[in-house]
Amino acid sequence: MVNVGLIGLGKMGLSHLAIVNTHPAVKLIGVCDTASYLCSILNKYTGIEVYSNYRELLDHKSLDAVIIATPSRFHGEIVREALLRNLHVFCEKPFCLDVADGLELAELADRKGVVNQVGYHYRFVGSFNEAKRLLDAQALGRLHHVRVEAYGPVVLRPKGATWRAKGSEGGGCLYDYACHAIDIVNYLVGMPAAVSGTVLNRVFSRDVDDEVYATMHFSDGMTGMIAANWSDDSLRRMSTQVTLWGTNGRMIVDRQEVKTYIRPAAGSAVVAKEGWDVRYTTDFQNDVWYYLRGEEYSAQLDHFFRCITDGRRENISSFASATQTDRVVSAMLQNAGDAKRRVDAGITMPSQSRGRSGGFMSSVKGALR
Amino acid sequence: MSEEKARSQAMRFGDLREIIDLLDAAYDAGIHVFMCTTHDRIGEICAHVRLHPERYSKLEFYPCMPYAHKYANAVTEHGMIDALKRFLPTEGAFSALVRGGVSVATRDVEGMARLLIDAEMKMFSGLRTPVIFLQNVVTDLLLGMGVKDAFRIFSDHVRERYNAEPGFITMNLPHLLDVLEEIGIPNPVVCANINKIGFRMCGGIKLYEEEIASRRFRPVAMSVLASGAISPREAIEYVCRQKEIQSIVFGASSKQHIREIKQHIEEFDSRTKNGVAPVTSMHEASVV
Repeated sequence: MVNVGLIGLGKMGLSHLAIVNTHPAVKLIGVCDTASYLCSILNKYTGIEVYSNYRELLDHKSLDAVIIATPSRFHGEIVREALLRNLHVFCEKPFCLDVADGLELAELADRKGVVNQVGYHYRFVGSFNEAKRLLDAQALGRLHHVRVEAYGPVVLRPKGATWRAKGSEGGGCLYDYACHAIDIVNYLVGMPAAVSGTVLNRVFSRDVDDEVYATMHFSDGMTGMIAANWSDDSLRRMSTQVTLWGTNGRMIVDRQEVKTYIRPAAGSAVVAKEGWDVRYTTDFQNDVWYYLRGEEYSAQLDHFFRCITDGRRENISSFASATQTDRVVSAMLQNAGDAKRRVDAGITMPSQSRGRSGGFMSSVKGALR
Repeated sequence: MSEEKARSQAMRFGDLREIIDLLDAAYDAGIHVFMCTTHDRIGEICAHVRLHPERYSKLEFYPCMPYAHKYANAVTEHGMIDALKRFLPTEGAFSALVRGGVSVATRDVEGMARLLIDAEMKMFSGLRTPVIFLQNVVTDLLLGMGVKDAFRIFSDHVRERYNAEPGFITMNLPHLLDVLEEIGIPNPVVCANINKIGFRMCGGIKLYEEEIASRRFRPVAMSVLASGAISPREAIEYVCRQKEIQSIVFGASSKQHIREIKQHIEEFDSRTKNGVAPVTSMHEASVV
């Protein structure tokens, strides 16, 4: 039995609570949140032990592991406290708002030899793993471009009172949707070496970005584009899609399906069909012991617990890999402030040439006549 | 269902006339039960049905509540407390909850739950709702957390206030049956994924088949086509072979699809003589 504590009872915390509570190899020792009314109701209806101070929970003698689902700005401090007590740690994404914190904690976790994981659940979605298998087998040949898009309805009005509306607390589309998008790119093709053209726009929010656009540059010459927008209610829930182009074809992957187009001449042995092929999530389904909102939420926690019980260290979404995502985020934040290249208004129609016969514009007009 | 397909369906169902046409097609094919979420758009369908009582004299609704995305998005935007405030018709119950001590808070949870159910049921006023379902995200969240009393509170209120049968949608059928039995809800109506390939049947297809054959509950099969992975004929044949299944829910994506499914149900059901009732749903994907 793995004895687990849970800190933070927001949306993700409650979801983790339900999943952890049903895992056959796990015992939930206690939960912690600063909202006392929530804790008292939970205790009354479930009998789960509740704490208002996370240190008290961490000091619980029998604890083996902790799940941290607080607002992002508290991650660093709580993760450090947990690691100092030699606990295995699962932390929600984004890992740390300060990259230096993240690097130090990844190193500390490594030194302590504990299992460490961050909640990038797309790494546990069957279709994305199938995409990774195909890419690792070079099914698309040499990749030259990747595009990742994440759209959904989170902020649809100019209001917002939670920490998600404050940049300093880890709010904003960049820390929320775009992080998932960046992380799945890192997972599928590796971390970009540079970013450019970052745009962080507000649509409805007062203090944070609602849409994120940027170009990614990889060390092997491949380029990529990211587009994330959490003010898009044309979709019922967050929807993430990755498109990859290679010398042998193209692949489009989302939570539901993997579409491939393999060039007839490519002769790939990996993908069965040349031309277009579509395979659905039902082909890659991994059974889980408990289902809530998606297999991936159960699968990621199951992986974390199995690493603990089996003494394995092959973390799928380790602190170190989540720190790579934080580094890309940090680069985008800095890049967004960089100087822009102005479009020179005078090149095509210099004012002094207007009205004169001949010249560039009149020859264009002449050609159109 | 692919995201593209879901999107194009959402586009088509944005048009109320389209939804009503499909509802009419299902109704005229002899399917008199319509299972739906409590999305705002459903309120417009309810209003249409109320306006034409003769046309829909046999129509019954199976509401599935709550429309969870509405709450999830509100929690993200406003935080837990403010989100709840927005959905409650009166301020009183809620302020007592936040102000009061533990005893007041826990006593008022039940009252608040009843108010939330009433708010969701408003749109069905004057219509027949013989079964009222708790949506799977909520059922499975409460089930996982171990808030067993919630099922009793829901069940009591639905029976007392709406004279309806409580129903529960779940992805974790065996687990839920254990808990409903433990808290004393006998012979419950439970809607779960039941399909030939075991898609989203937590505990495994074998355990599901055993539970359906041996336990006392009224199973309603959903996701029988497993997101389109099984052909309609094969899918319905499998479900009709599970002797105890009472109803099959399927998405009404087109008139042709409705007729096809209905035909398969009639064919296989007449062989097995289960008396399986087809139930149509506008958004099977969103119920799931």
